[in-house]
Amino acid sequence: MKTIAANGGHTMRRRFLRASLALATSPILPARSANPPLHIGLTPVFLDDQVRFLARLRAWLERRLDRPVVFVQRGNYREVLDLVRGGKIDFAWVCGYPYVRYQRELLLVAVPVWRGRPVYQSYLIVPAGDRKTTNLLELRDKVFAYSDPDSNSGFLYPQYRLVMAGENAATFFSRTFFTWAHRKVIEAVGVGLADGGAVDGYVWATLAEINPRITGTTRVVERSSDFGHTPFVARRDISTAEFDRFRALLIDMPADPEGAQLLHELRLDGFVAGTPAMFDGIARMAARVGRA
Amino acid sequence: MLDDLSLRWKIPLRVLGAVIGTALAVTAALVTREYDGMRQNLEGHAKSLARVMANTLVGPVLHDDIWRAWEILQSARDPVAVAPELQADIVLVTDADFRVFVSSRPREFPIGSSPASRGGTYTRLRAALMQGEAGEQRIIDPGESPQYFVMSPLVADGVALGHVILGYSKISFLPRFLDLVGQAALVTLLVLIVIMPVSWFWARRTGAPLIALAGAMRRVPGELESARLAELPRNRDEIGQLGDAFRRMVVELKEKQELESRMLVSERLAAVGRLAAGIAHEINNPLGGMLTAIKTYQRHGQADPLAGQTMSLLERGLSQIRNTVGALLVETKTQDRPFDPSDIDDLLILVEAEAQARAVHVDVEGALDGPVPLPATLLRQILLNLLLNAIAAAELSGRVRVGISDNGGRLRLSVCNDGQHIPDAQMAYLFEPFASGREKGHGLGLWVVYQIVHQLNGGLSVESEPDCTTFKAEVPYGTK
Repeated sequence: MKTIAANGGHTMRRRFLRASLALATSPILPARSANPPLHIGLTPVFLDDQVRFLARLRAWLERRLDRPVVFVQRGNYREVLDLVRGGKIDFAWVCGYPYVRYQRELLLVAVPVWRGRPVYQSYLIVPAGDRKTTNLLELRDKVFAYSDPDSNSGFLYPQYRLVMAGENAATFFSRTFFTWAHRKVIEAVGVGLADGGAVDGYVWATLAEINPRITGTTRVVERSSDFGHTPFVARRDISTAEFDRFRALLIDMPADPEGAQLLHELRLDGFVAGTPAMFDGIARMAARVGRA
Repeated sequence: MLDDLSLRWKIPLRVLGAVIGTALAVTAALVTREYDGMRQNLEGHAKSLARVMANTLVGPVLHDDIWRAWEILQSARDPVAVAPELQADIVLVTDADFRVFVSSRPREFPIGSSPASRGGTYTRLRAALMQGEAGEQRIIDPGESPQYFVMSPLVADGVALGHVILGYSKISFLPRFLDLVGQAALVTLLVLIVIMPVSWFWARRTGAPLIALAGAMRRVPGELESARLAELPRNRDEIGQLGDAFRRMVVELKEKQELESRMLVSERLAAVGRLAAGIAHEINNPLGGMLTAIKTYQRHGQADPLAGQTMSLLERGLSQIRNTVGALLVETKTQDRPFDPSDIDDLLILVEAEAQARAVHVDVEGALDGPVPLPATLLRQILLNLLLNAIAAAELSGRVRVGISDNGGRLRLSVCNDGQHIPDAQMAYLFEPFASGREKGHGLGLWVVYQIVHQLNGGLSVESEPDCTTFKAEVPYGTK
């Protein structure tokens, strides 16, 4: 199935590109009611709380795809994943961890390129006032903030880290809690609600550029090794045409001035098609933590 | 010191004191009320906030969702507080063991810690929490603490999960309270600025009659006349009554003084009269003998021209003595004809020469209807003496007015001249013999008048003002 998607996508791409270019130059937008809307699930793997940005992104997608686009946001990763796994939505921007977990039920569409590479890290952060802590293991019996139980950087990696250190991840901290968003992990650590937290390095770094006041209240203590960046996935039974068209749109995004602008605001360089092998590291960690 | 202060100051100062005292009392009452209102408002607000938070936090606490609970705490916080005193200092969400589930100040109250371990206020707070009813909202003031707390239980299905505790600083509304006091003080000040001059003015007005009365009293008894003429209140209140009483008192005092001086004069005159009468009798007895002897000698004596001449001289001298003494010794004769209107005409003719000599015009006002049963000789004497005195005292080409009236029982005679008025110093001795200031006359005219009027049980008075000196004689008749 993956192969089909990859091959089919290549030939179809040019056709759709031409069509979409024609549409983009057309002054009058076609009646969208003719096409059923495309449902895209979003999760806080990026700064999904910027409503105005999302509106522009959606408008751009609608124009380029020539059909209505509906963004679906939920309080946690799981709900979005359930929707895409159940075929209720067409695409979703999720984390590598749920992707490897439900790899058989999902199609990999594209992987973001950040700072030139399709990878990111998990950051361990502590309050800025904490000058002593140097690694995760020093946070024993402290309060720790995870972002989402289905997040790689915000949950799986610190769990793995503890397991590898021979600790019981369930009892290592005195208290843990989920904030359901990376940005909120940063806030929780910043105000001192938690003594430490695990956060998506890409989100932290982007926020540090956009709103350094928030990240300034935290200090990065550890950076993980590279993991495959948070992928766009599609429901398994999506049509090849839709799949290819969406993948092509993402990959060609830097070439479009407006798309480039949107990418810049996300602090991303672009998207690559990506391979499931990019997430092998996450899969190994998940397997190791699962055995623990 | 203050007690001796004049009413001029004392009354206004007391009124001002009362005004300021009232203003302060009213202000204090208002401020107290406002303070209570503020406090109740704050408590009500805190209670409802705690109740809402408790209801909202049940879910997150049940689900152990710390972040959600934190977000609820944050949303209850007003970042730009309109009323900072309504803002809770601290919000604690504790579990059933009084351990922090989440707090609005996570660094001071970390998750899972026990606030009681901080000691002081929070230890007492826990003790208070343990004592009361589990399911009820309460306000807890742990005493000696800068904070008080509003506690709402977190109850799910009748089971206490913990508490929501809102801590408020006791001094948080001090600035607002001071603001309030400041405003009240300003309003009070403005009111005082308006009221004080009015009060001062009225107080001065209230005190003024008393001060005037006191000033008038200070002049008693020295300056009775100016005291009598002093501007005193004439209204009917107590001060007005005092003023009336004072005026009556002054009038009576003046009358008493005048009476005393009149009595003094009449006593002296009576004494002089008795003395004169006594001396006259003593003189008259030998005088009668001496004159009889001279008469006998002239009739039967030797025709010695020198002795005859001497006897004549003696007789004239003794006769003059007898006349003078006779004048001193005024005696009313019981047998006489009644006073008649024609007597007045006679008298006018008698004084005509004198009047013409000084070009004085004599007017008569009033007349008698008929004879009055009073001895004519004596009344003629009275009127003649007064007329002659008046003509002599009148200005050259002046006027003398004679007033006669009879009101059936009292005959009134008055003689007025326009001459120089009689000095006060002379007044007291006017009716004494030989008291006349004039060179002319023997100085017995008024004495004789006085004696006659007195013996007729009448009264004699004199009023002397510039351009009008009036002698009045009043003689009763008809009654025994």
